[in-house]
Amino acid sequence: MLSVTDLHVSYGAINALSGISFTIEQGAIVTLIGGNGAGKTTTLRTISGLLRAKTGTVTFLGEDISATAAHQIVARGLCHVPEGRMVFSNLSVDENLAMGAYLQTDAARNARNRDYVFTIFPRLKERLRQTAGTLSGGVQQMLAIGRALMGNPKFLMLDEPSLGIAPRLISTIFEKIVEINRERGITILLVEQNANLALEVSSYAFALETGRIVMHGDSKKLRADPQLKAAYLGG
Amino acid sequence: MSEFLQQLLNGLSLGAIYALIALGYTMVYGVLRFINFAHADVFMVGSFIGYYAGKLVPEGTLWGGFSVLLAAMLGCALLGMSIERLAYRPLRGSPTLNVLITAIGVSLLLEYSGQVFFGAAPRTFPPIFPSQNFQFGSLTLSSNQIAVIVVAALLMLALQFIVHRTKIGTAMRAVSLNPRAAQLVGINNDVVISFTFGLGSALAGAGGILYAMNYPSIDPLMGVMPGLKAFVAAILGGIGNIRGAALGGLLLGTVETFVSGSQWSTYKDAIAFGILIIILLFRPAGLLGKFTVEKV
Repeated sequence: MLSVTDLHVSYGAINALSGISFTIEQGAIVTLIGGNGAGKTTTLRTISGLLRAKTGTVTFLGEDISATAAHQIVARGLCHVPEGRMVFSNLSVDENLAMGAYLQTDAARNARNRDYVFTIFPRLKERLRQTAGTLSGGVQQMLAIGRALMGNPKFLMLDEPSLGIAPRLISTIFEKIVEINRERGITILLVEQNANLALEVSSYAFALETGRIVMHGDSKKLRADPQLKAAYLGG
Repeated sequence: MSEFLQQLLNGLSLGAIYALIALGYTMVYGVLRFINFAHADVFMVGSFIGYYAGKLVPEGTLWGGFSVLLAAMLGCALLGMSIERLAYRPLRGSPTLNVLITAIGVSLLLEYSGQVFFGAAPRTFPPIFPSQNFQFGSLTLSSNQIAVIVVAALLMLALQFIVHRTKIGTAMRAVSLNPRAAQLVGINNDVVISFTFGLGSALAGAGGILYAMNYPSIDPLMGVMPGLKAFVAAILGGIGNIRGAALGGLLLGTVETFVSGSQWSTYKDAIAFGILIIILLFRPAGLLGKFTVEKV
């Protein structure tokens, strides 16, 4: 569904990605794990078109999207829930969801997507008129995911959905991520620092280190891997 | 008392014009984080479009007046969008200072091309709307003042509606809050920015007509002072804040009118800049603005 080939990205003179390649099959939950500065967020931003690769290609549904503008990539069904949630803080929950469907013209389908968002995150329905910036981190994350779902994605990228969120909400959000994948058949690429959690919900994993993929395999196997355990799972 | 009310009315009608111009500064600042110094000259071009369009319609008729107003708004919207497309868009991603200097360049270009095309000598703006004075006790209200207040109020209500009730308006707010997240929901930021310039410039065009109706001597440098005042009004209300710009404009116009009606009338221009200095010292975010730390 998505493949990345030999991606090099740099910020000025600093290389953030030094040639990474991977492929994601339709219907899977795949995770990118790694420490701070490993290049996880850079990878997602390059795929969604916020950043441009120096060399390398991103192919989505058989088409090269390496030079496509970010808003056009969204139109193809690839949605990105960014790090730090980035909800529109002065807009209401309702308006945030409406903006998620900015390119969607099918009113009936929008209504269905909205209902689905409220089914998985009932809290959003309760807070419809509330300004997004006044929500707690966890609810903002729900809103960020809900907003992306309004874009009717085929492929969803989530950047650190557990970051800055109350622990009891983290498990809810991860359950919902799995649910979205199963019920809607949306392929998911999950970036997480919490490697334990990420490996638990995903089927395949790539470990990044300073802009390179250093390890990859079935998530179950990686969880048992002593080397990976030492590096990411706290021994 | 009646003198107070009279001055208040005069002040509000001047303030309404400042508010219309200030809205353009503040909206552009909202989406691009820079002050479009050429905005004041778009206002000037609005007056000149009115001057020439005014020759095509009979003077002193309502339909004629509104057609001239509409022509100036459309012309200025096109001008503003062209300026953005040609001068600012190529600089997207470069430091704000570069864009700011470019804006000053565009401003000078408009002022001096204005002198080439329209001549440097002031011209008399035609009385496009029917003109009549109304007497309420000791209060005198000219139909031009009423037109200014009514038109400005209607335009501000329309703007409020566009910004808060339409999809493109919500997208404007989204881009101004977080341009990156806006791209990620599929908003084409360039389209929204272009729309913002069009909207702001149309208001400046309307401001140009309303201003010329009350101060009917127009010349290519006429935008400088009202432009600066409106810029102060936008800062006073809180730059980036649409309601703030409207409030700042009304406030500044009123204060200025009261000062010019007092024994300190020679300080009427100084007062605007005095307010700017005071607001920057004590409340840099403006009256309605929220203080925010710039984040990367």
